Amino acid sequence: MRVIVVGAGIVGAAVARELAGAGVAVTVLDRAASAGGTSAAGEGNLLVSDKGPGDELVLAQRSLTLWEAMKDEVKGFPSIEYEAKGGLVVATTEAGAAGLRSFASRQRGAGVIAEEVDPHELEPELTRDYTAAVHYPQDAQVQPAIATEALLAEARRRGAVVRQGVEVLSSLLSGDRLAGVRTTAGDLHADHVVVAAGPWSGEVAARLGVALPVRPRRGTILVTTRMPQRIRHKVYDADYVGAVGSSDAALQTSSVVESTASGTVLIGSSRERRGFDGRIEARVLSALAAKAMVLFPFLADVAVMRAYGGFRPYVPDHLPVIGADPRLPGLWHATGHEGAGIVLSAATAELLADLLLGRETKVAASPFSVERPTLASHLLSSV
Amino acid sequence: MTEVLIIGAGPAGLAAATAARRSGARVVVLDAAEDVGGQYWRHLPAQRPAAREQVLHHGWSRFTALRRELTGVEIVTGAQVWLAERHDDRPPTVHVLVGPADGRDREQRTFEPDALVLATGAYERTLPFPGWDLPGVFTAGAAQALAKAERVAVGRRVLVAGAGPFLLPVASSLIRTGARVVRVLEAGGWGRLGRAWTARPTELLGASHKAGELAGYVRDLARHRIPYRVATGVIAVHGRDRVEEVTVARLDAQWAPVPGTSQRVAVDAVCVSHGFLPRAELAVAAGCVTGPEGAVAVDGDCRTSVPGVFAAGEITGIGGADLALAEGTLAGTAAAGAAPTQAQRRAVLTHQRFAARLSDGHGIRPGWTGWVADDTLICRCEEVTAGELRDIATATGSRGLRSLKLSTRAGLGVCQGRVCGRSVEELLDRTTGGLLDPGRTAARPLAGLVRLGELARMQGDTE
Ligand SMILES: Cc1cc2nc3c(=O)[nH]c(=O)nc-3n(C[C@H](O)[C@H](O)[C@H](O)COP(=O)(O)OP(=O)(O)OC[C@H]3O[C@@H](n4cnc5c(N)ncnc54)[C@H](O)[C@@H]3O)c2cc1C
Ligand SMILES: Cc1cc2nc3c(=O)[nH]c(=O)nc-3n(C[C@H](O)[C@H](O)[C@H](O)COP(=O)(O)OP(=O)(O)OC[C@H]3O[C@@H](n4cnc5c(N)ncnc54)[C@H](O)[C@@H]3O)c2cc1C
Repeated sequence: MRVIVVGAGIVGAAVARELAGAGVAVTVLDRAASAGGTSAAGEGNLLVSDKGPGDELVLAQRSLTLWEAMKDEVKGFPSIEYEAKGGLVVATTEAGAAGLRSFASRQRGAGVIAEEVDPHELEPELTRDYTAAVHYPQDAQVQPAIATEALLAEARRRGAVVRQGVEVLSSLLSGDRLAGVRTTAGDLHADHVVVAAGPWSGEVAARLGVALPVRPRRGTILVTTRMPQRIRHKVYDADYVGAVGSSDAALQTSSVVESTASGTVLIGSSRERRGFDGRIEARVLSALAAKAMVLFPFLADVAVMRAYGGFRPYVPDHLPVIGADPRLPGLWHATGHEGAGIVLSAATAELLADLLLGRETKVAASPFSVERPTLASHLLSSV
Repeated sequence: MTEVLIIGAGPAGLAAATAARRSGARVVVLDAAEDVGGQYWRHLPAQRPAAREQVLHHGWSRFTALRRELTGVEIVTGAQVWLAERHDDRPPTVHVLVGPADGRDREQRTFEPDALVLATGAYERTLPFPGWDLPGVFTAGAAQALAKAERVAVGRRVLVAGAGPFLLPVASSLIRTGARVVRVLEAGGWGRLGRAWTARPTELLGASHKAGELAGYVRDLARHRIPYRVATGVIAVHGRDRVEEVTVARLDAQWAPVPGTSQRVAVDAVCVSHGFLPRAELAVAAGCVTGPEGAVAVDGDCRTSVPGVFAAGEITGIGGADLALAEGTLAGTAAAGAAPTQAQRRAVLTHQRFAARLSDGHGIRPGWTGWVADDTLICRCEEVTAGELRDIATATGSRGLRSLKLSTRAGLGVCQGRVCGRSVEELLDRTTGGLLDPGRTAARPLAGLVRLGELARMQGDTE
């Protein structure tokens, strides 16, 4: 069986690795370089703390198990910097504290470890003005670009071919079935085509003939200069939980503050819907800085040396689309992971491979189907 | 009245300011340095002026004349422009912090100018070689700055090496501040230098001031019996705690060291410069199109691709102070909404031909990677060696600079690739068989360090 995967981001890489491991002849195509899109433009948090009970949490929980098993898979490679350092969510208002406590208790019901703690035992330099703090020991992280390259390297080791600088232009049809893609490097035939093109998945799907409502949601991150480690966990303000699930187009920020292996501190991230507009704006940076200083007042004197950002691939109902597209036999999707594509790539790949190879799935597939009712109204627009 | 904002108070920025003022605009000039003058006219602080600055400065009278003409221009020094917010159809919003960089309460200012002239100059380019991180190795620009602004020589026995006419004034300044210059080594060979500098001699007449300046430096070297060698370079530096010796070698036309020609020379300091790179991060952030060498693309009147944004001086291509002055005049005039004269346009063309000879004769050749060893540091901030770059590029198979920067950490440190970026790109380009996203190391959305407290305090008032 031959499969073409469109996109060499973390999702395409994970899918290629999984399918190649099952003996499928996989070709990964990317119009640019590998790990050059969203997967190199965000952070690498592997979180359960920001997810309420539901289908996304189930996918994240399965993913964490898979990441733990994959962390040392590729030898002779730069480290993917997997670290299960745990997260600390901090509320600074009374309303925030009540919201956080009830969210944590619902999460516990779904199997998430979430313990209310005295945060200064975990983070001595945290603000004294907090109202509640919950520790999530299962939260972990990777370096997302290196993780993407590691998954691709493993896919190649299993026989996959990765072609960079090859853009998918349109479909090759055989009757009413998709039989391959027309690319800038000629026609390529395959039994199945998997769209894993991140925020550009809507555009790629349209080129192949179907409507898919994947849109970009801008995020910006600040990087400080190096300093001796003063922040030990991933520390979020409790607002984060609200911003993730929101559909509001306006700017939202909530802090996610953490130090990296190299000694820099990352402060993320904003969420804004404004198309593929990548400009860095002072008001966004200012809002990010102010929120981070609420959590760690000492940051006021720390210098920022870079700002960067990317476009989260988002779907109106905030769930990824994983599986076959019944409108065009031979077409598959693995996309729309919004701000959680790094963590979810692992279980996404497993689910897609199970479906494509007709195996029993480890998690329920229907919530991620392109045919789910909450997407129906968005598929009507003609292409 | 048109409001013209100028970033950079070197030759280009000052010429732009006086021209824009003369054309009736309201003009504000911003520069991060403590005083105006840029790299070319770096001088002693005003509190301790030297009696005879002109000894160390060419065109000093031009500088003092320009400075006199600045009446009515608002000049803000100690002004770090840290962000240009792109608008595409008009000049960017310019965010500035004013005050000592280490002070805690820099003043925030924001500008929405009618026209913007970018005159931010150049970064020095130094190619890496084994031992270049030892104390006693200086960039030629740092040595020049010490000589000009502090009257201090970097060592007693100094070797000057690299490429381009800039080596000559550096050697001259070293002599005048009391150092013994043992040799000046130019990597370009006579073949290229000859073709570049002797072809069409009449063309050089227009730039005779520059040619005369260079001839003066050459006489300086001769008077002090300092050997000037071409097709030669420093390929390694040795020493325990600091520079004790250098290895010099003949270089072929592509700058690859010629086997069997190396020789050791005892020195206590080395000054190296292989050229300059346009300091274009603000232009990139503003949305201006740049060309292959990272220079900002401009039309005959110094207009960039963004309406209302002009560029002048080294950021449009490396050409020295005379070209910077000519372009500044043109850009300032056009930015104020006036029509430049034909004479102003001709002056730019004359000096551009001079600049073309510069890059023909002295431009960096790819053979330099031949003197880089596996354990030679390429990115000094993050301590990444040439061997690591190559191994990681091979292991990942990536042809993307974005990905390779993250997996090697090259260029991610506090200099943000200002020192190593281009060298990292050239090495990776070779290893990967061609990067698919070249030029990325010139993009730095933040043009300077900003404290989180300063960011958080930002208010939205605009001037
Ligand atoms: C600021 C920010 C912070 C984030 N933080 C986190 C986090 O902490 N944890 C987490 O789990 N997730 C996080 N995310 C989300 C995560 O980064 C994304 O969900 C994930 O990277 C998406 O991966 P992908 O492989 O689907 O897309 P991408 O990585 O974007 O890959 C898609 C690829 O498709 C290619 N492509 C596009 N069009 C074509 C075409 N026509 N032909 C061929 N190739 C094409 C592109 O070149 C690209 O390389 C964050 C995102 C952002 C923006
Ligand atoms: C270190 C160094 C030393 C040099 N010494 C000599 C020499 O001795 N002789 C010689 O002929 N040539 C020298 N040059 C070459 C020099 O670039 C040109 O000759 C000439 O100075 C170019 O003029 P310019 O106006 O384009 O740029 P510059 O003179 O470099 O002026 C640019 C100005 O822009 C300011 N600036 C840049 N970015 C920002 C920002 N974000 N915010 C605020 N201000 C900013 C800088 O502080 C600087 O003052 C030197 C170059 C360098 C890099």
